[in-house]
Amino acid sequence: MSDVVTRDAGPAAGPGPGGAARRVFRRILHSRLTFPLVCLLLVLLLNVIVTTATTGSPGPFFQIALTNGTLNGPLITILNRSSELVILALGMTMTVSCSAGTDISVGAVMAFSGSVSIWLLGFGTLPQNDYHVKAYVVPYVVGLLVAVLVGALCGVWNGFLVSRLRIQPMVATLILFTGGRGLAKVFADGQIDKVDVASYKWLGNFIQDSSGKNIVPVPTAIFIAGGMVLVTALVLRYTPLGMNIQAVGINNKASRILGLKSARLILLAYVFCGVCAAIAGIIATSRIGGIDANNCGKLIELDAILAVALGGNSLAGGKFSLSGSVIGAITIQALTTVLYSINVSADQLPFYKAIVVVIIVVLQSPETRPMWERFKARWRRTAPSVTAGDAA
Amino acid sequence: MSAVDVGRPGRPSRPGLLGGIWRGLRARFYGNNFLVLITIVLFAAMYIVGIFIYRDKNFGSLNSFFDMLNSNPGLIVIAAGMTMVLVSGGIDISVGSQVAMYCMMLAYFMEHKGVSAATMIVVVLVTGIVFGLVQGVLVAYFRIQPFIVTLAGMFFARGMTAMISPQTIDITNRDFMGLATKRIYFPFGGYTNAAGVYQRPFIYLSVVLAVFALLVVFTIMTWTKFGRNVYAVGGGEQSALLMGLNTRRTKLTVYTFNGLLTAFGGFLFCLFSTGGAVEKAQGFEMQAIASSVIGGALLTGGVGNVIGSFFGVLVQTTITKFINFNGTLANGWSSIVLAAIMSFFIILQSVFAYVRNKRR
Amino acid sequence: MADPLIRMRGITKNFPGVLALDDVDFTLWPGEIHALMGENGAGKSTLVKVLTGAEAFETGAIYLGGAAKPVINHSPQEAQGRGISTVYQEVNLCGNLTVAENLFVGRQPRRAGFVNWREMNRRARQVMEGIGVDIDVGKPLEGYSIAVQQMVAIARAIDISATVLILDEPTSSLNDQEVAKLFDLMRRLKADGLGIIFITHFLEQVYEVCDKITVLRNGRLVGEYAVETLSRTDLVAAMLGRAFDDLAAIQHKAAPVTGESGTPVIAARGLGVRGGVKPFDLDIYEGEVVGLAGLLGSGRTEVARAIYGADTADQGTLDVKGARPKHHPIDSMRAGMAFCPESRKDEGCLQDLSVRENIILAEQSKRGMRLMSRSEQEKIADEYIRLLQIKTASMETPIKQLSGGNQQKVIVARWLATHPDFLILDEPTRGIDVGTKAEIQKLCVRLADDGMAILFISSEIDEMLRTCGRIGVMRDLHKVGELAGDELSSSAIMAKIAGGEADE
Repeated sequence: MSDVVTRDAGPAAGPGPGGAARRVFRRILHSRLTFPLVCLLLVLLLNVIVTTATTGSPGPFFQIALTNGTLNGPLITILNRSSELVILALGMTMTVSCSAGTDISVGAVMAFSGSVSIWLLGFGTLPQNDYHVKAYVVPYVVGLLVAVLVGALCGVWNGFLVSRLRIQPMVATLILFTGGRGLAKVFADGQIDKVDVASYKWLGNFIQDSSGKNIVPVPTAIFIAGGMVLVTALVLRYTPLGMNIQAVGINNKASRILGLKSARLILLAYVFCGVCAAIAGIIATSRIGGIDANNCGKLIELDAILAVALGGNSLAGGKFSLSGSVIGAITIQALTTVLYSINVSADQLPFYKAIVVVIIVVLQSPETRPMWERFKARWRRTAPSVTAGDAA
Repeated sequence: MSAVDVGRPGRPSRPGLLGGIWRGLRARFYGNNFLVLITIVLFAAMYIVGIFIYRDKNFGSLNSFFDMLNSNPGLIVIAAGMTMVLVSGGIDISVGSQVAMYCMMLAYFMEHKGVSAATMIVVVLVTGIVFGLVQGVLVAYFRIQPFIVTLAGMFFARGMTAMISPQTIDITNRDFMGLATKRIYFPFGGYTNAAGVYQRPFIYLSVVLAVFALLVVFTIMTWTKFGRNVYAVGGGEQSALLMGLNTRRTKLTVYTFNGLLTAFGGFLFCLFSTGGAVEKAQGFEMQAIASSVIGGALLTGGVGNVIGSFFGVLVQTTITKFINFNGTLANGWSSIVLAAIMSFFIILQSVFAYVRNKRR
Repeated sequence: MADPLIRMRGITKNFPGVLALDDVDFTLWPGEIHALMGENGAGKSTLVKVLTGAEAFETGAIYLGGAAKPVINHSPQEAQGRGISTVYQEVNLCGNLTVAENLFVGRQPRRAGFVNWREMNRRARQVMEGIGVDIDVGKPLEGYSIAVQQMVAIARAIDISATVLILDEPTSSLNDQEVAKLFDLMRRLKADGLGIIFITHFLEQVYEVCDKITVLRNGRLVGEYAVETLSRTDLVAAMLGRAFDDLAAIQHKAAPVTGESGTPVIAARGLGVRGGVKPFDLDIYEGEVVGLAGLLGSGRTEVARAIYGADTADQGTLDVKGARPKHHPIDSMRAGMAFCPESRKDEGCLQDLSVRENIILAEQSKRGMRLMSRSEQEKIADEYIRLLQIKTASMETPIKQLSGGNQQKVIVARWLATHPDFLILDEPTRGIDVGTKAEIQKLCVRLADDGMAILFISSEIDEMLRTCGRIGVMRDLHKVGELAGDELSSSAIMAKIAGGEADE
């Protein structure tokens, strides 16, 4: 047997002193979750530093107080506010994994599904009530289901274009990105529709009893996001879908030989992404108690893509880490929180996000390492005395 | 060996008059040029329909046509630049935010810092070149997907706009407003309005500048080595490399030049909107991409026509005009119709690609 | 006598773990069409890449013309500058540009800095007429057939003053008339004093157009021959190798009963793919190893793909144990088939997934939506890692970190885990070391003994003789015959493969 064990067993396995320690270090360094976790920790650290600088101690950042029947505190706020993003990141992770493509229509789909559901809840009564839903015309649950259905249909359309017509995902979803918000406006009659029924606000805020007292002290959105993560994780745990989606993303041809139907899987991923967008839309509309077609989920698709990338997932598709994306989404929200706390306005936020994006992608670029090596080599040549021994 | 015909493309020739017309058409509008033809026909059809439906609103007058140009000088230039980027096989989604940034720069420094209009125009153009250069380096030399790079550019420019000033600033600078309101009248083609006053058709100076820029881009893309290299790189980067082209430098130049065009388009946009605000030109990049796609540009690269993108802008503007004239439709409809037209073109492109592969 | 255009002497090149070229000599004279032949992995494309600077080489020297000093090309562009141009099977031109532009891209005639289209088209017409092709040079290249595209590529090469033209499998996607046109052109260029290196796997074409043949095998030079002096059978022998290596002799069961007893596991009748393999008949019975011999591109892989449903067959019928599965791999799998494809990298490995996942994926997709429990997955993975002695750090190691031979074993394990009745192995021993080769061959025989039907494809005839009870022979996408029992010998197979004078 001449076949040597793993001749090209990766960059690790350097023999000699310190080899074992280096191997452990390398393993930690190469673990998929290390990068997103380090990012999250850095951002949280930044939060702590800023809190310390403004209040004199790091304590307030970790404080969670029960006031008026609700839990309050920076950590709760971060989790609550990141709910939509976490949910969107789940769907986006799937589309990126199997089709190497981003679904840029999720923000528009949020608005569209939210708008349709409110249109249905106040069916026929909206114009005479000054675009307020005074009472549900159809049961609330039907409104929610229809919203999810709309999201799923949007996903079918996107998935059809990508998987059957083989249009690049970004281009295919550009159609709904443009048209989705228009559809939302049409269903909202170009108005900002409001819902005056108290229960409508539960999903985006707190669950209350009939007198308006909060029953559950934790924001509902956290449960919804947590539930979505749990359900997705369970589905991936007990069905081969996750593995199949990754297989299609890694090597479409090989997957076909293996009996996988890639078109179906890609379609499924886009439908799931659409459903996630609809659920995020439900939370977003519930938060403000109505639909603002122009601003609901505006530019959130970019944050969702960023969350996936921050989660250590390659935007070129293939292997994915769901927990990475979730951490990525929370990181973005934590970054937003810290920037807000140093008086950066919402409008200025993108500037900092851009810098984060550039740093991430430059670090992930396959060209960076050789470029760095060339730079080092040149530096060595100009300073030969330091490493003369190495060169010899 | 005699010179022989080795398999012309397409079907065997058809006899008779119809065959002649068919061949003539095919000779001129094969493949993706056909898409440009469809766009022009579509525009003409929409326009003629409009003339009949909205006769009472003087849709057919030259004024109405010029209106469409007058409100879109920026888009004309930026759609041309976008077409170039798409032809190279890339994409630039930062242009909308960039336009907002340039508007804000012009407004803030002229109004609050008293910088002269001429200086600011130069500063904006230089900023555009630098912006494009940085994006180009990231795309061409770091090989990061253009979508991601320009996504960062989009964030950056929008955030930068808010950093310059969160307020809305209206421009009052006399030199600038002079440029903005400079009209060029036409002696014919007008109409008499309800009050009995004859309306002479006019275009703004900005439109002249936009059309000039469009022609420059067209010239560069058609008659210079660089322009043809862009088509080659978009048609097949590997092939272009094997044919001895410097593909990296070509891409870098594309993004840099597009930065300049975006800055110029931003300046023209500002001439029309005369002010800076954080949320200016929201979704502008998608309008530009839509114009290019409707104008026959292939998002896979290698195919596209600057003139086509101009008609893409016109098609879009006509739709908006229809919706506005109709009055009863919510404003969401223009983007819905736009999306529908885009679906039509994108699916058509996909069908073309399928047929081509099938023939292989 | 004039100097040779190219002299390559003692070229050696290593890839990690493989000696790709071992002390190879090659000489090309002006006015000569020189065929470069060999099976997959013989080193012919590596030799060309070394010549054109696409790959570096370790030892040896390349002399151009009469020069005494050797040259080294560092890139295809540099080689082009020295007059060496390559035209590939996949045309490396830009389909979106016009014919004229493709000829002149990067060196367009210009006036006052602007591209002079009229002049460019005029000169393009001239160039194309010069090689006897009359087409509209103003149309996009992609509107023309591959044949014309290749001629444009050739025209571009010679217009950039090529003295050496390398044609890398140019005829694979051409029909007969187009091939004839191409050969006319080649003869013209030869008359003009060009040297042409012609890489092909069609024997007929070599005899039709070439003057000399250089044969490589396993990175070594087998020899340089004048076409007239080398019979087809000898050529096939040179390419496929005749020397028996001293691998452990495998107990090769006498050809199993292939008679009319029982239904065959696989029964193909007139199965064919339009534009691919021509209709063929093939029966495979339980417990039988059937081989498919033929040169590269002869259709041996295509037969396997058509049976498995990897390519959709549009002619004929296929019965699997009397039933007719639909044409998607999953249906074939459910009908009991398994297919180890030829290209491990493109169609086999899922590089980023672990060895465990790569092993269980096929069985998993056969079972549908219920995920196998982790312990079951590990049990299966562990079983096959031990059975096939796969060398891996752990079953969670990504498959991309394994050596080629072990990757191949993982792919085989993947299919064995589905417990198929019928297993297709397409070049299972390519690019792997001798020890693993023998193991896979032994495994094959053992599986057949246990009742599995196996279709075994290989370019090494000895290997097939050791494992197969019956061998079908393919030539030019046709199944030209079947040999069994006493007829089985390497010379008989080679004669069948060679066809022409040796056949019928």
